[in-house]
Amino acid sequence: MSTAPDTSVLTTGPSTDERAARAPWALTAPALMLFIGILVIPLAMTVMLSFHDWGQYKGIEPVFILKNWHEIATDPYYAEMFWRTFRVALLATLITAVFGAPEAYILNRMSGRWKSFFLLVILGPLLISVVARTLGWALLFGGNNGLVNKFLMSLGLIGSPLPFMFTETGMVVALAHVMMPFMVLSVWAALQRLDPQIENAALSLGASPLTIIRRIVLPQIMPGVLSGAIIVFSLSASAFATPAIIGGRRLKVAATLAYDEFLNTLNWPLGAAVAVLLLMALVLIVVGSNALIERRYAEVFR
Amino acid sequence: MRTNGPISLVFHTVFVVFMLAPIVVVCLVAFTPDGFLSLPTNGFSLRWFRAIASYPEFVHAFWVSLGLGALSSFVALLFAVPAALAIARYRFLGRDALAALFLSPLMIPHVVLGIAFLRFFTSIGIGGSFAALIIAHVLVVFPFALRLTLAAATGMDRSVEMAALSLGADDWTLFRRVTLPLILPGVVSGWALAFIQSFDDLTMTVFLATPGTETLPVRMFLYIQDNIDPLVTSVSASVIAITMTALVLLDRFYGLDRVLAGKSDAGR
Repeated sequence: MSTAPDTSVLTTGPSTDERAARAPWALTAPALMLFIGILVIPLAMTVMLSFHDWGQYKGIEPVFILKNWHEIATDPYYAEMFWRTFRVALLATLITAVFGAPEAYILNRMSGRWKSFFLLVILGPLLISVVARTLGWALLFGGNNGLVNKFLMSLGLIGSPLPFMFTETGMVVALAHVMMPFMVLSVWAALQRLDPQIENAALSLGASPLTIIRRIVLPQIMPGVLSGAIIVFSLSASAFATPAIIGGRRLKVAATLAYDEFLNTLNWPLGAAVAVLLLMALVLIVVGSNALIERRYAEVFR
Repeated sequence: MRTNGPISLVFHTVFVVFMLAPIVVVCLVAFTPDGFLSLPTNGFSLRWFRAIASYPEFVHAFWVSLGLGALSSFVALLFAVPAALAIARYRFLGRDALAALFLSPLMIPHVVLGIAFLRFFTSIGIGGSFAALIIAHVLVVFPFALRLTLAAATGMDRSVEMAALSLGADDWTLFRRVTLPLILPGVVSGWALAFIQSFDDLTMTVFLATPGTETLPVRMFLYIQDNIDPLVTSVSASVIAITMTALVLLDRFYGLDRVLAGKSDAGR
C-alpha cells in the first residue's frame, strides 16, 4: 500500500506536505457531505419519529413520548413477530452454511472452464430481481399440487402434500435460495487463500479424505463460513420481498410489519419504532458476532 | 490437485438444480399459451410477452427503472471516484471510519432506509418525486461504485502519474488524461453493478414510489399482491433475460467473481 504520494518532483505550487495533508479531505468532502445530508440526518429523524404520538384522526404529533416503545415491549404480538423474524433468518443461515460451504469447495476443485461457468450459474441469481426469484418459489410451491410437493411425493419422502405457501417453512426455503450466493461467495473467498499443497501434503502423509476435510479444510474455511453467516443472517432478518410474497399478509416479519404500519395503517411512529428496533438488534448481533469470530480466529485473520 | 468424486458431483447437480429451479420455472410458465398458470405448460406461445405491451404500467415502470438506474449510478460515481482515490492513496486520520461510513448502506436494512427516506423527503417537501428516488438510490448504490473504483485505484501503477506530473501536467489534466483512463475498467464495472442494484431494488423503493414513479420491481411486487398470472411471469422472464445479458457482458469485461467480491483493502 502506498502512503502519502511522492510528489517531490514538483517544485511549484503549495508545499508537497500541505498538498498531501489537504488532498484526502478535499477528495472525500463531497461524499461525506452527501452521507451526512441523506443518511445521518434521515436516520436521526427516524429515531425521533419513533418517540412521536399518533392517532387515527389526529395524525402524527411531534411530542416526546414512549408510547410506541411501551407498546412493542408489552404486547406479545411484537415479541412473537420478532422471534419469527430471527428464527426464520437463523434457519435460512443454517441451510446456506450446510449446503453452500460444500458447494464452494466442490466448485473450487473444478477445472478452469467449468469453474467459471458454474460460478456464473450460482452467483448470477444474486443479481436477478428478488421479486422474480421469489415468484419462482411461489409457482413451485403452488397449492397442494405444486411441483415441489409432486416431486417429494414421487420420491416417497412425504405421504401427503406439505403446506409451503403462507408458512415459515416456505419462507425459510425461499430465503435460503435468495441468500445462498452470499454464502458460496464468502466461502469461495476463504478458499482462495488456502494453499492446495497442504492438502496434497496431508494426502501423501496418508490422511484419509475425511480427515483432510475435518482437520485441514474446515478450520481454514470456517472464517469464510462465519462471515458469510453474518451477511446471510442480517440480510434475511431484514428481508422484505420474500417474506411478503411467501408469507402473505398474515405471517409477518419485522420488515413487512414496518411496511404495513407505514403504508397501510399509516401509524408512522410505530413503524419507525419497529424499524429502529430491527436496526439496533441487527447492529448488536453483527458487531457482537464479529468480535467473537475475530477473537476465535485471530490467527487466521492475521 | 484432487478432483471431485461421484458423491460431490451428485451434490453439485442437486445444488445447481435448486439454484436454477425457480428461475427456470418462471421462464417456462411465461411461454404458456393458457390464460392461467399451468405447470407443466401445454404448449408454446408468446402471447404473454405481447400482452406486456398492452399493460402500459409495466412499460412505464421499466423506463423509470432504466433512467433511475443510469442516473443514480452516474451521480454516485461523481462522489465515489474522488473518495476512492483518497482512500486508496492516502493514510489520514479518520480514513477507516470514512471507509466504514461509505460502505454502511450495505449493512443498514433497506426497510429502515426506506422509512428514513420517506420521512425525510416528506418533511422537506419532495416526497413522491423522481428527484427523491434518485437521491435515495445514489446512497444505496454508492458502496458498489466505491468498492470497484477502490479496487482499480489500489492496483494502479503510480509511476505513470509521476511521469505525467514531472512533465508538467496539472491536476485536472493528470486526472482526465492519466488516472481516469487507468481506473476506467473499475469505474465502468462499478457503474454496471450499481445500475443492477438500483434496477433491482424493491425494499427501499416501495416506500418512495408513487403511481407516476413506480419502478419495475415495485410494479411487479404490487401486481403479485393482487394476482399471480402468466403476465407477471413474462415480465419477470424479460427482466431475467436482460439481467443475464448484463451479467455475461460484465463477466467478459471484468470477471464476475471480482465484481461480486469487490476485493479491496477497505472492504473489511
